[in-house]
Amino acid sequence: MQITSPAFKDNSRRALADAQLQKALGNVRSGFIDKRLKAIGDLPEFEELRESGRSIKNHVLANLDLYLEAYEKKVIEAGGKVHWCQTAEDARKTVLDICRRTNARVVTKGKSMITEEIGLNDFLDHHGIEPVETDLGEYIIQLRGEHPSHIIAPAVHLNREQVEADFRRVHSGLPADRSLDEPEELLGEARRVLRSRYFDADVGITGANFLVAETGSSIIVTNEGNGDLTQILPRVHIVMASIEKIVPTLNDAAQILRLLARSATGQEMSVYTTVSTGPRRPGDPDGPEEYHVILLDNGRSAMLGTEFQDMLRCIRCAACMNHCPVYHAVGGHAYGWVYPGPMGSVLTPSLIGIDKGGHLPNASTFCGRCESVCPMKIPLPKMMRHWREREFERGLNPAVARYGLKVWAFFALRPKLYRLAASFGIPAMKLAAFGRQRFGWLPFAGGWTKYRDLPAPEARTFMQQWRDRDAVGKQRAA
Amino acid sequence: MSASTGNGEAKPRVGLFVTCLVDLFRPTIGFAAAKLIEDAGCVVDVPMTQTCCGQPAYNSGDRADTRAIAKNTIEQFEEFDYIVAPSGSCAGMLKKHYPALFKGDPDWEKRAQAFSAKVHELVSFLSDVRGLEVTGAAFAGSVTYHDSCSGLRELGIRAQPRALLKGVDGLTIAEMQESDVCCGFGGTFCVKYSDISNAIVEKKTRAIEATGADMLLAGDLGCLMNMAGKLKRKGSKVETRHVAEVLAGMTDTPPIGGRG
Repeated sequence: MQITSPAFKDNSRRALADAQLQKALGNVRSGFIDKRLKAIGDLPEFEELRESGRSIKNHVLANLDLYLEAYEKKVIEAGGKVHWCQTAEDARKTVLDICRRTNARVVTKGKSMITEEIGLNDFLDHHGIEPVETDLGEYIIQLRGEHPSHIIAPAVHLNREQVEADFRRVHSGLPADRSLDEPEELLGEARRVLRSRYFDADVGITGANFLVAETGSSIIVTNEGNGDLTQILPRVHIVMASIEKIVPTLNDAAQILRLLARSATGQEMSVYTTVSTGPRRPGDPDGPEEYHVILLDNGRSAMLGTEFQDMLRCIRCAACMNHCPVYHAVGGHAYGWVYPGPMGSVLTPSLIGIDKGGHLPNASTFCGRCESVCPMKIPLPKMMRHWREREFERGLNPAVARYGLKVWAFFALRPKLYRLAASFGIPAMKLAAFGRQRFGWLPFAGGWTKYRDLPAPEARTFMQQWRDRDAVGKQRAA
Repeated sequence: MSASTGNGEAKPRVGLFVTCLVDLFRPTIGFAAAKLIEDAGCVVDVPMTQTCCGQPAYNSGDRADTRAIAKNTIEQFEEFDYIVAPSGSCAGMLKKHYPALFKGDPDWEKRAQAFSAKVHELVSFLSDVRGLEVTGAAFAGSVTYHDSCSGLRELGIRAQPRALLKGVDGLTIAEMQESDVCCGFGGTFCVKYSDISNAIVEKKTRAIEATGADMLLAGDLGCLMNMAGKLKRKGSKVETRHVAEVLAGMTDTPPIGGRG
């Protein structure tokens, strides 16, 4: 996938001017926030669960090697195989090798963000293997040749009318007068079209919400049941998971599951929670013949022991982006790579480099709403600030900002000089307002005055006036 | 802390951290803060060598300058019983982020922690520390209150300003939708990403106008200048003031950005 994060500003300007997108983004706010609020309101122990989820993940991250090896042992015992992949390329190659060995032509896919991260669909296409997305949102954007704009609602940037038009264009042979006015009708049609593809598929690829060390199982949650068909019907099941998905026990997974759906969609539980352990055993009525786990690192182990380690607690619920005013304004594609919103603003620079992802941790007001809703209590603003520090240390931020900051800091550290400059500058600025209380335009303030007026200073500085008050004993200077 | 007055003992000494924006753009807020603190039974002192809390450097990744500025601030204010700022954002910086800046520093960590323990945002100081319920001010009109992010989420300021405003004679509160959502200011964010900032403040000002209130109040001048600037650009009649101005009864000066 092409990285456009360095063009974040251009991307966001386009997004702000896109009427369809702006209309669709309205749904993010109404669709997720209120539902989450109600769901957590109904669970008195939600705050305690957050604390517990946080400690489970912290414990795992402190013992990651141990749990990953224990997990692999259990996968092997169940008849499966774990492929340790350090890079995206390793992971792509491993998938291709499995597909080639099993003569796969068609691959069905459940929803998986790390297949986006490694650019799997394009890669498979390029090698003559057809990937078929089975999650409704993923299916829609695959039809359109797009990428997800949201980690749990990949097509949230689209309106129903756009999807209807795509279905009428692509699903030829269906009655032209059929109704597609309701989301359920769109889902029904996608389901009918996809049904035969499940049987065509030789390999099914799913992501993983959890890997369980205790049992060697992977767990996925879906609302459409597409994940189940993807992993049960084909001959080969490949689980794509990054290393931080591991939890020690099924009990731990169950605790975090109570946080996940509530934080994500405001459901108590997703409709389907599916546990899979190894291939079909003798006597099983169904299931794949082969069970593979691609365990992807792709930069994550390098985050361990750094100020970004906490990011590896993320369970991909998307609450942070659902509550982010910047995400609400520009949507997910503007972020320019796989992971949008606050979690993307921290994770993306870790995975593609701060030189390319530098805009993202800067494009935040630090309003802190993301951290306040994060079920795993990840200090997202703090980590964005850490990225800004890395950027500053390496001199990657714009020269104007750097020098501006240096000049400002020079004065801020020299109070007498600062006072002197302010005692001339502020009355001068006041004069320049010609008696008005605001400026419509000021030199060097275009970033501000392009969209809003700048309130003018009242008069002399507070410090000047306070000194007078102290000296003369007046209540207030003029 | 030596503070509490009890029965006729020495009044607690409060160091007023004016904040750079109030110093430069809106001294009225500083005088309102001083009046409120004095009326709450304290002595106000304003160290003349204060400049800024350091957030512009801190949030731009310049840790060295931030620490230098923080040391200055701590040195000037640590003698007081309390340090009070008419801003949730600056108070949050002094209270929550200064200790983090000096974590592991043998000379400064404890000093920063002792300093931070005495820091309060103005309205929560009046309400939570001094137990103030009514300020004695009057204001005829309806107001809507925006919860600035740092005050709300770092310092838990939400009920306090509303409680004190309810005690203002003649004042009614009309709550806006999503009063807890950012106004799009974000310090340098508003100029670095002005298009996005504009989209956010556009939504915010729509929510403000939808209340029909005469006046917008908040506890942070940065946010207020952003929202007032947008309201005025749109030709809105809504006036904008810092909550301290209303609580102190100092509404004779023109509102932020002027009238009409």
